[in-house]
Amino acid sequence: MSQYTVVLLSSIIMYIVLAVSWTMFSAPTGYVSLATAAFFGAGIYTTAFLGEFIPLPLLMLVGGIVSFVLAFLVGAITLRLRGVYFTIFTFGLVELLKNLVLWFEIKFTHVRGRFVVSIDHTTVFWSLLVLLALLLVAVALIKRSRFGRALQAVGESEDAAAHIGVNTTLVKVTAFAVSAFAAGAAGAAMATRWSYIDPGIAFNSLMSFMPVLMAIFGGMRKTAGPVIGAILFAYLEELLITRFPSLYMIIFGAIMVGVILFLPDGIMGLVTKLTRRGAKTLEHS
Amino acid sequence: MTTLLNIIIGGLIMGGIYAIISMGLSMQYGVARILNVSHGEFIMLGAFLTWTLSQAGISPLLSLVIVSPPLFLIGFIIHRTAFKRLSSISGGGAFEGNAMLVSFGLMFILQNVAMIIWGSSPQGYQFLVKSVTLGGATFAVNRLVVLLFALVISIGFYFFLSRSRIGKSIRAASQDPIAAGLMGVKINRVMALCFAIGALLAGLAGVLLSMIYQINTAMGMSYTVIAIIVVVLGGLGSIPGSLIGGFILGLVGSAVSYIEPSLQLVAYYVIIMLLLLVRPKGLLGR
Repeated sequence: MSQYTVVLLSSIIMYIVLAVSWTMFSAPTGYVSLATAAFFGAGIYTTAFLGEFIPLPLLMLVGGIVSFVLAFLVGAITLRLRGVYFTIFTFGLVELLKNLVLWFEIKFTHVRGRFVVSIDHTTVFWSLLVLLALLLVAVALIKRSRFGRALQAVGESEDAAAHIGVNTTLVKVTAFAVSAFAAGAAGAAMATRWSYIDPGIAFNSLMSFMPVLMAIFGGMRKTAGPVIGAILFAYLEELLITRFPSLYMIIFGAIMVGVILFLPDGIMGLVTKLTRRGAKTLEHS
Repeated sequence: MTTLLNIIIGGLIMGGIYAIISMGLSMQYGVARILNVSHGEFIMLGAFLTWTLSQAGISPLLSLVIVSPPLFLIGFIIHRTAFKRLSSISGGGAFEGNAMLVSFGLMFILQNVAMIIWGSSPQGYQFLVKSVTLGGATFAVNRLVVLLFALVISIGFYFFLSRSRIGKSIRAASQDPIAAGLMGVKINRVMALCFAIGALLAGLAGVLLSMIYQINTAMGMSYTVIAIIVVVLGGLGSIPGSLIGGFILGLVGSAVSYIEPSLQLVAYYVIIMLLLLVRPKGLLGR
């Protein structure tokens, strides 16, 4: 493969990881998280701090653990709140971390940004692919497990779930932390893509919106939905963002509005509807 | 003493603007159930329209009157098209989440259209750059004018809502939309009206901001975040809560930015986190 293809495939896989991990928590519970950028950024900073000392797989593990712990703490505070509060809170978390890290760097290390070790694109690509495979296995296992059922129950009716003995807060917080692990690991791997980072680059709130849009666009009922959404938008971004950044963002916003208003179940929902209609026509003829 | 007075005046100016912005968001979220994340973009539009008019020699004070009707109209149309459709296709619980996502989409559209029109470099104009001495301290005239208008608009709006007939139907709709509908309040029109009033108030705040600060097309988001913080602080849907919360946050922000400017936003988050843990309903929430 050429270097260009490797880089493009890496960002597609990164988006699939982010979209699938977002869906894993937000689809069953109905809590819309906008914290992906915070976890992704935590992963980036893990590599920025430790990149010279430990190899990539270990960096991804540490980045994942940092995000896991962060999500666990934030979740424990905020997941008792109503859905919209939670969303705002997670969104605020990105800005909060950005400001805190910037303040810390200027105050104590007297730098605004940091240089990141460079790791060759092929290694990053394979690491991300392994991460994606592990994530897909985890999602499949969770869906079939007791824990997955509990998560689903929390989403359908939190009170009812609590009545039948589900520790709702623990279930939500754990699922949130597991999904954060994947985002943190992806951030740790992708950090090597930039040679220089600062808090503005690492904690870019757009990274919180991309997975949401991808998942909604693809459809959240099946795992294939976010995967399709991620591939499509990653490619669209590749085509447009460097040449027409404003236009890309306008298209991004318009699709977001359009999909929610006209395609509430996403592409996968549309496919299901069409095949069902097709089957019905066949029956009638 | 002079420092303290400066912090208080600065806090009241910021607080007045925060109060206007937050009452606007409170109309949109408290009544129309839309947590409008594109709120800050209407502030930005108000500021840039004022800047454009000022380049043509029109006083920013006149802009307060010129800029508000179009923003009101845009808000009304957005609600009548997008959000009305959304409320007809998504029932109860799903509406709030979806409405927020739609407003995120609007935010991206508005911000980037503005970026194409006005570019991304900061802009500003000169307005009443004189100073007066009051009680031993020196103040810029433009800041005092902004303070005056912020107070008049925020308190005036509060009285409009509590005294006028339209205000009464808005409050009725926020307390119980179904009962209000049965009492003859045209509920869909009131919802659209609330959204439009929110856009109008954001625009007015934008005009005021442009008189004293530099503006840029990416400024909206930070004001949206502040408005959300104030609305949560004051209690969702409580207009007096937004009014008081705005001034509290303005004064705190002014004091913190005197000590450590880069931690202003961090201080806001700490306040809100503590509040949500201690009293999730907000200061004046029901």
